[in-house]
Amino acid sequence: MTDTSPGAPTAGWRRFAWLLAPLLVLAVAVAWIASVDPLRSFNNGAPPVEAIAFERVVLDSGGIKTFIRAGGSEPMTIAQVQIDNAYWTFTMDPPGPLARGSTAWLQVPYPWVLGEAHRINLVTNTGATFEHEIPVAVPTPVATQGQLTQQAIVGAIVGILPVAIGLMFYPALRGMGSLGMGFLLALTVGLLAFLLVDMTFEALELSLQSAALFQGQAMVILAALSTFLILMGIGRRSGQPEGLALAFYIAFGIGLHNFGEGLAIGAAFTAGSAGLGTFLVLGFAIHNVTEGIGIAAPMVDRRPPLWTFGALTLVAGLPAVFGMWLGSLAYGPQWSALALGIGAGAILQVIVEVTSYFLRRAEREGQSWLSAPVLSGFLIGLAFMYVTAAVIKI
Amino acid sequence: MTTQHETEKVSRRSLIAGIAAAGGTAAFAGVAAAQSMPGHDMAAMQDDAPSAVNPYSAPSIHEGGHGQMITVGRVDAAANGFDPTAMLTDWDFGTVSLMEDGRVLRTFEVEAIDKDIEIAPGVTFPAWTFNGRVPGPALRAKEGERLRIVFRNYGSHPHSMHFHGIHSWRMDGVPGAGLINPGEEFIYEFDARPFGCHLYHCHALPLKRHMHKGMYGAFVIDPDPELHPEFADAARSRLYGTPENARWQELVMVMNAFDTNFDNANEFYAVNTVAHAFAQQPIRIEKSRPVRIYLVNVTEFDPINSFHLHANFFDYFDTGTTLTPTLRTVDLIMQCQAQRGILEFSYAEHEAGPYMFHAHQAEFTELGWMGMFDVVEA
Ligand SMILES: [Cu+2]
Repeated sequence: MTDTSPGAPTAGWRRFAWLLAPLLVLAVAVAWIASVDPLRSFNNGAPPVEAIAFERVVLDSGGIKTFIRAGGSEPMTIAQVQIDNAYWTFTMDPPGPLARGSTAWLQVPYPWVLGEAHRINLVTNTGATFEHEIPVAVPTPVATQGQLTQQAIVGAIVGILPVAIGLMFYPALRGMGSLGMGFLLALTVGLLAFLLVDMTFEALELSLQSAALFQGQAMVILAALSTFLILMGIGRRSGQPEGLALAFYIAFGIGLHNFGEGLAIGAAFTAGSAGLGTFLVLGFAIHNVTEGIGIAAPMVDRRPPLWTFGALTLVAGLPAVFGMWLGSLAYGPQWSALALGIGAGAILQVIVEVTSYFLRRAEREGQSWLSAPVLSGFLIGLAFMYVTAAVIKI
Repeated sequence: MTTQHETEKVSRRSLIAGIAAAGGTAAFAGVAAAQSMPGHDMAAMQDDAPSAVNPYSAPSIHEGGHGQMITVGRVDAAANGFDPTAMLTDWDFGTVSLMEDGRVLRTFEVEAIDKDIEIAPGVTFPAWTFNGRVPGPALRAKEGERLRIVFRNYGSHPHSMHFHGIHSWRMDGVPGAGLINPGEEFIYEFDARPFGCHLYHCHALPLKRHMHKGMYGAFVIDPDPELHPEFADAARSRLYGTPENARWQELVMVMNAFDTNFDNANEFYAVNTVAHAFAQQPIRIEKSRPVRIYLVNVTEFDPINSFHLHANFFDYFDTGTTLTPTLRTVDLIMQCQAQRGILEFSYAEHEAGPYMFHAHQAEFTELGWMGMFDVVEA
């Protein structure tokens, strides 16, 4: 010990005691509340609040399986199961009451019909009902190697390919003057702004499908905020990011976005309800080409080594593949919402960084920050994303 | 596998679904053809079936005609205090005494009681009951008797007994005429007429709530053969206690339903309250004896209910107020709410075995209103 002050140990102990005192009071209070149950007088005989979230539905040759999560104020019991307004035998794993937040698989040997809609309705012991609709019944794909390969190909087509194509505009962009550069950066901000709005609403919408105890909306906002602050912190460790560093941040943000999209697509696959046409794949690919252009923009006046283009493509595009795999294997709407929330935070960071880079450039070159090329770039970025998204949304 | 046509149809519709499933999100996906379809190849079905049951195969005879389409578990009749099977033949004749003029005075005692009942395995319903059971006691009297019904309200709400029959306005069980508060008592008094298959129910407001909570029951008035000389045989066969009546297997069936989540639509349909009760425990019928069913419909929220008999036909007496059938040789009748009637049929010429009966609204059938007659020799 190097401490030479004779009074120090006592002072340290005293500080520790002061820390202990409030904790002790808290412990006593918890014990008292639990034993006395002061809320008892509020009990008016009303049944406990019940809630169920359907996190996964699997259709196979054995019938319909669903993975549910209970969100009741007290343990709740599934008494009967209706499919399409008919009571049906079922098995539950694990059996028995469901505690708050706990999950179980329900298996119903129901002869579902290919291509038709079905409705699951769970009746609890209090007679409350919880409904889930299967809009179009299609067998749930089994996670075979072939299936995963197919998903990887689709993921690559919508994630990697368009980013690569977008980056191929790089040589063409290099010849641009400073006005053209302003246009391009504004275009990037426009497309990112669209993604931010789009992702935020998607995340909030998905969060509503998840069990109440996840507090989906708060989770999304907090995840976005935390991600934004963490990435800002990392990004600004060595000054404000420009050039290659900024390109990587953009790629990273777009990668998170693609990951969240991949999760939802994979989940749609697993729900057996995502047989979509080739033109949608094309729509998505075209939609995402802008992402590549956005990534290329801050590097236009540098000369980055060739490998960085490959790396940027993978950072931005590959997460779509991982997202599809993960979404098809393990899915709850809360995880997609969380991923999209994180993605929104990352996109926000990129918007801030690209904007600040652009403002610095404009100041250096004595240009107006809201010239006609800049404004039109931003609006064209927004409009392009909006219009191509409309094609995809149908 | 599917035909080309079907594949096209599916992928077109799935497209919309994919978007819905992804929460309106990343409304994307792959190609329909890229998905493997393990489910719909009938030949390949047994391998990966996780359950012992093949949902696509026809149920065996052991499954009693309902296969997998049935509620799971059994209702605890002892805890409920009533059993749908026992209710079929459980008549309440009240107590009988003679009045000064020599007429029979028949007195029934009925109490309104709040009671949680189990209407399907594991499902509790906070019912309002007559005498702790749903339906309430099946009151039975003889045409022309003086009836006295002592009604005590031990429930938490005002209640009444409104009888379908002929009586004074003061005995009608509507507000101001026998609708009483908790803790009060009222005595309804009137003559038993007309003969037939009737019902009674609470007429407190809101009416719909009091009815679907369980406050109803069958009310049967047997015809007096002396008053109907031209149909004396038919009347005697209806009149409880006669040798002619003893031949018959008489059953009282009250078609009812329960809205457990209070959305003004029923989750469970039944006869005598418990969904699928007679599917799980068929009603024993002796081949040699004719069957008479006193059928009452008190189903709330649906405009009609129905009764369909399998492999047989019956004569029907609408409201039971006639001694000749109002419908002959039918296998299905409809009843709107509070409509009722008498069914007469026989399985004498059938081979013994399980014969189904149910509402012929398939939805009601599948939500519990389905049962079996177990027709046996003798
Ligand atoms: Cu009432």
